[in-house]
Amino acid sequence: MTDPILKVEDLQVTFDVRPRGAWPWTPSLKLHAVGGISFDLNPGECLGVVGESGSGKSTLARAIIGTVPTSGGKIIWQGTDLAGMDERNRRTHRRDVQMIFQDPLAALNPRMTVGQIIAEPLVTHKPDTPKDDVRRMVAEMMERVGLLPNLINRYPHEFSGGQCQRIGIARALILRPKLVICDEPVSALDVSVQAQVVNLLKDLQKDMGLSMIFIAHDLSVVKHISDRIVVMYLGRAMETATSQTLTTRPEHPYSQALIASVPIPDPVLEKARMRPVIQGELPSPLKPPSGCVFRPRCPKVQASCALERPQMLDLGKGHQVACPYHEAHDVLHATA
Amino acid sequence: MFPSKQTADALVQAANDAEVKGRSLWRDAAIRFRRNRAAVVALCVLGLIAAFALFGQLFAQWSNEEIDWSIMGAIAQKGAPSIANGHYFGADELGRDLYARVVQGTGISIMVGMVGSFVAVMVGTLYGAVAGYSGGRTDNIMMRIVDILMSIPFMFVLILLLVIFGRSITMLFVGIGLISWLDMARIARGQTLSIKNKEFVEAAVATGVSPMRIILRHIVPNLLGIVVVYATLLIPGLIMTESFISFLGLGIQEPQTSLGALISAGAKQMRFGVIWQLLFPLGFFLVTLYAFFFVGDGLRDALDPKDR
Repeated sequence: MTDPILKVEDLQVTFDVRPRGAWPWTPSLKLHAVGGISFDLNPGECLGVVGESGSGKSTLARAIIGTVPTSGGKIIWQGTDLAGMDERNRRTHRRDVQMIFQDPLAALNPRMTVGQIIAEPLVTHKPDTPKDDVRRMVAEMMERVGLLPNLINRYPHEFSGGQCQRIGIARALILRPKLVICDEPVSALDVSVQAQVVNLLKDLQKDMGLSMIFIAHDLSVVKHISDRIVVMYLGRAMETATSQTLTTRPEHPYSQALIASVPIPDPVLEKARMRPVIQGELPSPLKPPSGCVFRPRCPKVQASCALERPQMLDLGKGHQVACPYHEAHDVLHATA
Repeated sequence: MFPSKQTADALVQAANDAEVKGRSLWRDAAIRFRRNRAAVVALCVLGLIAAFALFGQLFAQWSNEEIDWSIMGAIAQKGAPSIANGHYFGADELGRDLYARVVQGTGISIMVGMVGSFVAVMVGTLYGAVAGYSGGRTDNIMMRIVDILMSIPFMFVLILLLVIFGRSITMLFVGIGLISWLDMARIARGQTLSIKNKEFVEAAVATGVSPMRIILRHIVPNLLGIVVVYATLLIPGLIMTESFISFLGLGIQEPQTSLGALISAGAKQMRFGVIWQLLFPLGFFLVTLYAFFFVGDGLRDALDPKDR
């Protein structure tokens, strides 16, 4: 077993929120965006992160890339803690970890040409690359992601959403990074384009031996691309398992509900199956519930759930679940 | 008539090989600006006025300092505008050629506007972008400094400056430069705040681009649309400020002159039947201001993405 390329240990990210109309001396509220998450990422592995909006997926990504300060726990990148990194290591970290963003057009500067945008990481990290080489590498990269290299002088507003996302992918990959974090890279695209982009990412990952963290709220997309999946809820990990296990035999009541909500493209099966529907809304991360954060909406809630935070239970084969009352449940084939 | 497969392939190949020239947002804006007839006409008028200020002296038969002794004392009768005696715009109360004086005054007035606007663009944009991008305490301190400077009655300070350090163009430039960037800094900061939360800035931060480079390459180019519009509308404001000061008799010192000083002098002589001394500088003043306003409006329409 090789060493994990990235180790996240009990990571916490809190934001200070000023209450509206507050005096300067009132203490600000703490928003727990990510409240203690741990996982390992092996080289060449793709880790999916799913969860509904507001569950802290994007904050997790930004903490790993280093644009959001952490308030507890550790992010260990290739054996070095991100918090204690010196300037040189931080630079290599910035070079080796790249990100693909959710809104393809907003992630591209409207005043720069495609060539300038894709070349930016290259120019930043290898400033003495000759101009011709930069241009050649950009053209190669464009071809690799399925863009015609002769569009190098165009501006982002002249492209479609799918093409813009390809530009974003080219920019992320031009430095040949080791880890690419995809923050909902396909949720802003049409379904047909989604498939193209996901398959492109999958191919590139295989070709370049990338590690990948793939964030999405669409389970079917995540299942397709990931080796392992983490289910997040209100900043905490609920369950971690291989994508096969998680999608067929989830143990945590939240994962079960999440997977049951994926529609089956067969009306007969779809009608016949039982779906555990969870009620209510995501609680406010300003005041997370005591004990298990999923408690207020959980169909299996017990009195003890409110008392303390459930431990991650190891079920073997990398399957972990944060619920003492877990039981395997084949959601896809359950009938009413 | 279908082309053979070979020709078709060659055509496709050629189309793929040729690098497509992209159309930048600036070019789009230029095209929209050109469609705005009033703005284009105003720009031409501005060009003519600038040419008048730069080269008008070549056509003058008198310099701006020469006194025409032959009409001295009888300006109202002999100093009226005429081609024959070389005073195209007439003569002023001392018998100097008004044409040469208007050329000189227009030049100085436009220069005051341009210099003030230039300072505003350079200092104001950078100051505002840096404050907005840094955020937090830096932003607070920088913007409070702007607030303090703004709360000082500017006309009072300018008059004091001119009285204490003597009336000179340099002092006027310093005074106008000191205040013109304040509004610009506020505008640039406000825009920066909205731009810095865009994902492309985050992408640059995540890649490790240095903050100064982010400000110069990602933020300022996206600010520039609004900055350009504001700068164009600032020029007439500054010209007017300068004219007001000159009208009070504090601005430009003789033998230099500006449109404001000429208007002031013309207004004093109105009673003596030499109305051309008021009308010529006033006409140039109004046309220049209107032209700047129209160009500014045209730029705003062309650069504002919301109107598309």
